[in-house]
Amino acid sequence: MARAKLDAEARAGLSLIAPPFLYALLILAAPLLTILAYSFLTDGYLEVLRELTLDNYLQVLTDPIVRVVMMRSLIVAGVVTLATVLLAFPVAYYVSFMVRPEKKAMWLFLITIPFWTSYLIRVFLWKVILGYNGVVNSSLTGLGIIDEPLTFILYNVNSIVITLAHAYAPFAILPIFVALEKIDRSLLEAGRDLGESRAMTFWRVTLPLAMPGVIAAVLIVFIPTIGDYVTPEVIGGGKIPMIANLIQVQMLALDNRPLGSALAVTTMLIVAVVSLIFLALNRRFLRVRQ
Amino acid sequence: MNRSRGRGLQAYAVLYLLFLYAPILLLPIFAFNSGTIIAFPLQGVTTEWFAQMWGNATLRRALTNSLTIAVSASILATCLGVFAARASTRFTFPGRGGMTGFIMLPMVLPEIIVAMSLLVVLLGLGVQLSILTVILGHTLICMPYAIAILSTAFSSLDRSLEEAAYDLGESRWGAFRLVTLPLVMPGIISALLISFTISLDEFIIAFFLAGTEPTLPTYIFSQLRFPRAIPVIMALGTVLVVISVVLLAIGEYFRRRGNARIGGSPTGGLM
Repeated sequence: MARAKLDAEARAGLSLIAPPFLYALLILAAPLLTILAYSFLTDGYLEVLRELTLDNYLQVLTDPIVRVVMMRSLIVAGVVTLATVLLAFPVAYYVSFMVRPEKKAMWLFLITIPFWTSYLIRVFLWKVILGYNGVVNSSLTGLGIIDEPLTFILYNVNSIVITLAHAYAPFAILPIFVALEKIDRSLLEAGRDLGESRAMTFWRVTLPLAMPGVIAAVLIVFIPTIGDYVTPEVIGGGKIPMIANLIQVQMLALDNRPLGSALAVTTMLIVAVVSLIFLALNRRFLRVRQ
Repeated sequence: MNRSRGRGLQAYAVLYLLFLYAPILLLPIFAFNSGTIIAFPLQGVTTEWFAQMWGNATLRRALTNSLTIAVSASILATCLGVFAARASTRFTFPGRGGMTGFIMLPMVLPEIIVAMSLLVVLLGLGVQLSILTVILGHTLICMPYAIAILSTAFSSLDRSLEEAAYDLGESRWGAFRLVTLPLVMPGIISALLISFTISLDEFIIAFFLAGTEPTLPTYIFSQLRFPRAIPVIMALGTVLVVISVVLLAIGEYFRRRGNARIGGSPTGGLM
């Protein structure tokens, strides 16, 4: 009887999840498997030859251009993630601990709005803000603070980092906020009652308990930034490619689908490895909690 | 308690908000500036760029395409999302975690990979690229966001309400339509609006899968290279920001009303 009931429930659940799952299989899994297969095939002129090879991966690992672009993407994504999470933590802390409960939703809404406005236009506006005659430089020269426009923020990796750090800021605040909200406030009082200083309470109680949120923020910022296509294209004018730009060039402009596929698969592997490392860290923090 | 520390943090949070809003605040300034170069000092006030925007035929085509795509993708994503959210919150079945996780995957996958792999398959199959192919891609990437919102709506539902409907002789479908659906309606509207906003603003998939058809973001991208076109783009950006903010505010209103109706907290969900 119990068995039959469970089966009926399982059947109902499975038939409900079938449409979205089949859709994801068709539109996501099939294409991903296709590029996985392509990455082991040989590039011919205007077609993909059905000869199995590991050359594409060999090229990804040894080609100096791929290495430079790969390293740049990793460094940019790493710096952006670090900057975003460090800058976001105090804001999340402020909203969770200092803002009155009825005003929290409004703060979160204000923080998320910029994220929903046209990404392209925001990226372009950073180019305007940071450019040679841009807002920063023209204001600083206008005020007589500098004579020559600052060049370290012009169309280079720095400006890519600033733009991306701005674009993904809400992504970092929200998970940290959620983690901070879950902290039982009496634990903090206990820490204080037991004679810990405010700083030590933060260090030994608040921060470890907020760690799952911090790790979620790291992942949620790192993954899209390492695969960002628009910012290097608009800010760098195509001269400072990141991995997404390289994938696109190989797939379309150079029509080397196998190499492009190998790059895409390698990127996914890197993302997966980084994610697993951070998820393992998270598990350790969760164990400490128990 | 410690007032000065609170004030320091507050000042920081306000500065941070200013940093978040800096580009958006500049947008209307340049949209109404009569100078053709996007730089300070400002020249004068004009609405010419908005007039030019209105008279632009390609832009209108892009707008029609974007609206068609966003409406179709948001409806499809929300419908599929209702199935997934209902299944994962109400039933236990083998493979639930894995299947739900897989459906949510586009949220954490670089978009360029989704776009490129789908493009390779479509080209391989000889499918003609059009706004239809963009709808396919947008539905995929909107679905996880719709599910995230809908799951909150479905999971805070009291199961006994449905059971009461069964006891009173309603069929499974009748109970869903008369009891469940009205209760999760705010979540559905919120999911529709969020999906619509995501699709309207999405660039990568539209750029690669639309063929020769323009959408608003790809049109904007194509114009960024021409300095003379920039003021019109600033005007367009201003309009888009206003639309997004209005839609989000409506979505937020429904989400909160929905939460209040089922006794949830005002925070949570996607925000």
